[in-house]
This record gives sequence, C-alpha cells and structure tokens, in this order.
Amino acid sequence: MLAIRSVTKRFDDGTLAVEEVSAEIKSGEFVALLGPSGCGKSTLLRLLAGLTAPSDGEIVWDAGARPGLGDIGFVFQDATLMPWADAAENVYLPLRLMGQRRAEAKARIDAALAQVGLAEFAESRPKALSGGMKMRVSIARALVSDPGLLLMDEPFAALDEFTRHRLQGDLHRLWRQSGKTVVFVTHSIYEAAFLASRVLVMSPRPGRIAADIAAKIGDGPERRDSAAYLALVGEITQALRGVMAL
Amino acid sequence: MFGAVGLGLWQATVWALGVPPYVLPGPVAIVLAIFQDAGQLVPALFSTLMVAITALLAATGIGVALAVAMAASRLFRAAIQPWAVILQVTPVVAIAPLIILWVDQPFAALVVCATIVAFFPILSNTAAGLAATPPELTDLFQLYGASRAQSLFWLSLPSAVPNFLVGLRISGTLALVGAVVAEFVAGSGGFASGLAYQIIEASYRLEIPRMFAALVLLGLSGIVIYAALGGLERLVLRRRDGA
Repeated sequence: MLAIRSVTKRFDDGTLAVEEVSAEIKSGEFVALLGPSGCGKSTLLRLLAGLTAPSDGEIVWDAGARPGLGDIGFVFQDATLMPWADAAENVYLPLRLMGQRRAEAKARIDAALAQVGLAEFAESRPKALSGGMKMRVSIARALVSDPGLLLMDEPFAALDEFTRHRLQGDLHRLWRQSGKTVVFVTHSIYEAAFLASRVLVMSPRPGRIAADIAAKIGDGPERRDSAAYLALVGEITQALRGVMAL
Repeated sequence: MFGAVGLGLWQATVWALGVPPYVLPGPVAIVLAIFQDAGQLVPALFSTLMVAITALLAATGIGVALAVAMAASRLFRAAIQPWAVILQVTPVVAIAPLIILWVDQPFAALVVCATIVAFFPILSNTAAGLAATPPELTDLFQLYGASRAQSLFWLSLPSAVPNFLVGLRISGTLALVGAVVAEFVAGSGGFASGLAYQIIEASYRLEIPRMFAALVLLGLSGIVIYAALGGLERLVLRRRDGA
C-alpha cells in the first residue's frame, strides 16, 4: 500500500517528533502503532494523511501518486462531530466537500450509518447520542467515501471500558469484512494485541520504530481469552521494555 | 420580592421625612410622571430605541464582517485590531461632538456613536469563536480538500455562533448606552429627541419625577433588550444543537 522511508518530522519550535521512521504497510493490514504518550504516533498518522509534510524522508504510495480525495479516512480521538448537524449530515460531510449532492449521497450515507449500527439514529444530533454512538458516527463519516486506508488516532481512548470492548469487536469485524487497510494509533497494549494484524512499537520521543510484531491470534470474539492473545500481550510488553522503563 | 421591599422603603422614607419631589421623588410620583408625561416620554423612548436597534444591527454587520476578515488574513488582523481597541477605549462622550459635527443627519450621527460603543463585543467574541474552531474538524476539512469559503461557511461561522450570540447580548445594552450618551451630547446642542433629551430638559426645569421616569424607562428598556437577546441566544442554540 505505502512505504514510509526515513521520515523525520521536526516542528517549527524545534521539537523532533519522529526521527528516521521507516516501515512498509501492506494492503489489507491492520497496523497498530503503539507507544508511550508523546512518542510521535499521532504525528506519524498526520503525515500519512498528508495533513502535515515530513521535514525529511518521504512517503511513497504503491500507485506512485498521492491518494486522491476520499481515499483516506481519518478518525480522531474525539468524535469531533459538528454539533449543529444531525448524524446523517455529519456523515455526509466528506462527500459534500467532494462535491456530491445530498440526494446522490443518500445511499452511501445510509450504508455507512448501517455499517456502524446507527441506521435509526440518522436524524439525531450529537447532543442526543452517547459517547460510543458519537464515535460510531465518526467512524461512519470516515467510511462514507469508501477509503482504501483508514487512519485512526486513539479513537476509543476516551470511552468507558464496556463501550470500548464493544467498539473494538465491531471495528475488527468491519476490518475483516471490508479488507481495508487500517493504521490505528493506541497506547493500550491490550487494544493493540486484540485488534491488529501487526503491531509497530514506537520508542519515546523522538519516535522510532523499535519493534515490528506480527500478530496471529485468530478472529472470534473469544480470542481475548486465548493463550495466543496473552502471549502476544507478553511479547509486546517485552518489546516496550526494550525502549522504556515498564 | 427584594425589589418590592426596596420600593416600599423608598416611598416610606420620602413620605416620613417629607422629602420634596424636586430632591428625591418617591416611586409613586415617578410612576405618575410616566403616565402624565407619556406624551413626551413615549416618543422619546421610541426615538432612543430606534437609534439603539439600528446601531445594534450596524454593529452586528460591521463586527461580524471584520471578525471574518481578521480570521482570514493575519495582515488584516494586524491592521484592524489596534483601531478596534482604540475605538473601544475612546470615551464616546469625547468623540460624539465631532461625529455630530461631521455627520449632518442627526439620526445617522447618533447611530454612528452608538455603533462605535456597541460593535466591539460582537467583533471580539465572534473573532474568538472563529479562532476556536476545533482543530480536528479543520484537519478533516483539509483532508477532503475544502476551499476557504467552504471552511468558513460550513465550519468556522457555525462554530462561532455561540460566541457571537454572547457578544450580541453584551452589545445590545451597550448600543442603548451609546445611543443615550450621544443623545446627551446632541441634546445639549439643541437636537431634541430621545430619552437623554428628556432627562436633560426635565433636570433644567427641576421636573425631577419626569427625569426619574425617563431613567426608569431607560432601565426597563435595557432589561428588555438584554432578556430578549438572551432568549434569542437560547432559542438559536436549542434549534442548532437539538434538544
């Protein structure tokens, strides 16, 4: 899908956020970017989205050209919905910005909302939705343009444990069914182990990739209890110990 | 409740001590004056309110337009902000005579003065609202290639609505203050309309109850304007964000 080649990001104030990061992300992978707070995970995600440019190095896409509008979906830590617009209107936003009329977009909006289980809440304003539902709308908004690459920046960090578990299960199923490439930033070892097909462990600032762990723990919801899952958690923890006191 | 007790004490004191009405009229005398002098006071109130409301509309237009321009261009912000602050800190009493001299039409002159007093809260609150657009949503608009106009109309302006409404509420009462202050200056120049003129004229003639009556009408107008704009704020936000 894409290759990150020796990418460095230094901010205007001199902060070195990521340094010499290289990685390849293959189509259809679910990559968890795991690391301590402030290690540059979010910056790396913004670099992938093209929201900020690398100071050094480059990101090379398989097709050769930068992805077009709507080829990348982005989910933030907060749902960041527009409070004045209902769920359908919020999900419509990417298509609206890409120049689609509401009538043309209706089927895709409905499908995206159905995908996250919120078909009945199309006309609800964010105020009337729970935290988990808002995040589902946010995910539907990222999916509505049918992007090949879904970038997620700690999307479940602010949710309660139960909601988080349920959304993690739903996201994993969605990924299985859609075959999209997902890059998922998290600082939870358990979340990374449960969701990802591959875990990239980052060192504290300036962020570098300290370990690249393939995850094969099966698919069912019961895998959270499996020995393979626990072994993976152990392996990731071990890798993190290599870069920080844990 | 406290208000009623206060008014009662006031009236009782005036009666008990036999204070003459040209020193301090009691509430009863003031209410009587409102009705007796309604022929002069009501047109004056109407005139002042017209100035205040026109000024508030002008202040809204100017304040929002300048806030948008300041959000769009740093250069414009640097150019405008000092002038806005200078206008805000300059006492309108000091510049009202000049404006009344420069602007021939008295009503327009009063509106200009009141607008100068009223526009700053709208400008600064709207500017703060525009600057506080959630950065993630700005990122999202950028991700999908939004134009500047799309970002402004679909994101920044709707985000700034709550701040704008707070500014509007503050400016509403300031427009009234500005109108009255300008009328004071204009009234002493012989321009006879508005509640300020009633206050000046009544004080010259020692018709103190009428003077108090004008002040009471002014105060009530302020309360009504503030409450009406507060109601508008709640209504708009409720419609905007849903129940």
